[in-house]
Amino acid sequence: MHGFARHCQDSLYAVFRTLGLELRELEGWNCCGATTYISIDENQALTLAARNLALAERARGELVAPCNACFMVLKKTQDYLARYQELRARILPVLDKAGLHYEGKVKIRHPLEILLRDVGVKALKERVTRPLTGWKVAPYYGCLLVRPYALDNGFTLDKFDAFIPALGATLVDFEFKARCCGGSLTGTIEEVGERLVYILLQQAKRCNADVMVTVCPLCQLNLEAHQSKIVRRYGEDVKITVPYFTQLIGLALGIPSRELGLEKLLVPLREELISGVRGGKVPAMTASGRAA
Amino acid sequence: MNPTFQNAVKYQKELKRDLAAEILASPGGEKVLSCLQCGTCGGACPLAPYMDYTPRRLIGMVREGFKQEAIESFSIWLCASCYECTVRCPAGIKVTDVMYGLKRIAIREGIYPRHFPVPEVAKEFIKMLKGAGRTNEFWLVLKVLLKTAPLKLLSGWPLGLQLWRHGRLCLLMNRIPKAAGADVRQMLDSVGERQ
Repeated sequence: MHGFARHCQDSLYAVFRTLGLELRELEGWNCCGATTYISIDENQALTLAARNLALAERARGELVAPCNACFMVLKKTQDYLARYQELRARILPVLDKAGLHYEGKVKIRHPLEILLRDVGVKALKERVTRPLTGWKVAPYYGCLLVRPYALDNGFTLDKFDAFIPALGATLVDFEFKARCCGGSLTGTIEEVGERLVYILLQQAKRCNADVMVTVCPLCQLNLEAHQSKIVRRYGEDVKITVPYFTQLIGLALGIPSRELGLEKLLVPLREELISGVRGGKVPAMTASGRAA
Repeated sequence: MNPTFQNAVKYQKELKRDLAAEILASPGGEKVLSCLQCGTCGGACPLAPYMDYTPRRLIGMVREGFKQEAIESFSIWLCASCYECTVRCPAGIKVTDVMYGLKRIAIREGIYPRHFPVPEVAKEFIKMLKGAGRTNEFWLVLKVLLKTAPLKLLSGWPLGLQLWRHGRLCLLMNRIPKAAGADVRQMLDSVGERQ
């Protein structure tokens, strides 16, 4: 998150700081292997993720994963270690030898879930100083936040959606909100990856969304980095801004846009959207999304 | 695309039972035997329209032992790990994990097209992780492109430049602290490669 997703990291810290929530980087964390390591070795992949879980337990905190892949891998590892004795027998002794005792009890959380559950929609709404009035926001959650492990207690997508009206924006009914963006395919098998992205962008445009908000840094990059190429390939104007969710929340909370890394977005927020938030009236939007 | 099994497996004795054995050895892998070939996985898969063998066919092939066809399929590289198949399978098969298993075998046996980025990304990723404990997208992409498609560096530079100008390229390698890194390497060695 220091590189491609710098703006995600910056806005995440800014929003949590503003709301008085403490985020501490897990000391000595290792890469969890994402969805890649398991293509080489399954046991080693699980061990890597288990180490992070054990580190979090030792640090006596909840483990917050702002990236969908990391979230899924951590959840999956915790589940598999709980369910399969042969895995525990294989992996836990290895962790013990490194001085890490694994209990499997650490809570794995996503920052949006923390805001909605710990802070609450009502409290969040009360902290909004610059409502995103008139913004039509299409939520995009991607795959790994919701499959194969939903957040506990049936935290459904509807519950996630609630943050958008809380910011004063209009929630767009975006039925592809959990449809795959193609992940790394846009970099490896481009034609296919770009088509999956195109399908999402096209749908967002059809719903007249002003922005498509994401909760995963990879989805965020994927959806915005190839828009020019996609427009050329399909001959359709499907360009749309794809902010990371804490950038939108931060904007509504009145955090300066510099701290939110808004200038880092490859497809910038339209001027009329921003000026509407900075104060003054939001200009009337026509059906095409252009200011009247 | 609907490939027929040409010349691949003609006789019972050509079936490779070790394929099923390895896939079934994964946690929860035995569920593969419960596959009813309903096709829900293939129907739900967003990549299925581009695959040669759909997930359903691959599960069938794994069960029976069509090893060469399974690991030679393009499908396994198209899998994006979206887990639609896994959550919808009425038999509770971890289809995504089967895909990972097939990828592992294909990579181990070197069965993939030359200079094909998907397995090269995986191999480079692992190397970087073992060395630094963490990964850096810029160096990962650069290394893989140099290995597989150096010309893409020429066509891809506009995006690189755009990311650079927007402050999204981090050239500094974020390394895990030394002691932790030694722990990680030690742990990976202890767990060892596939049993």
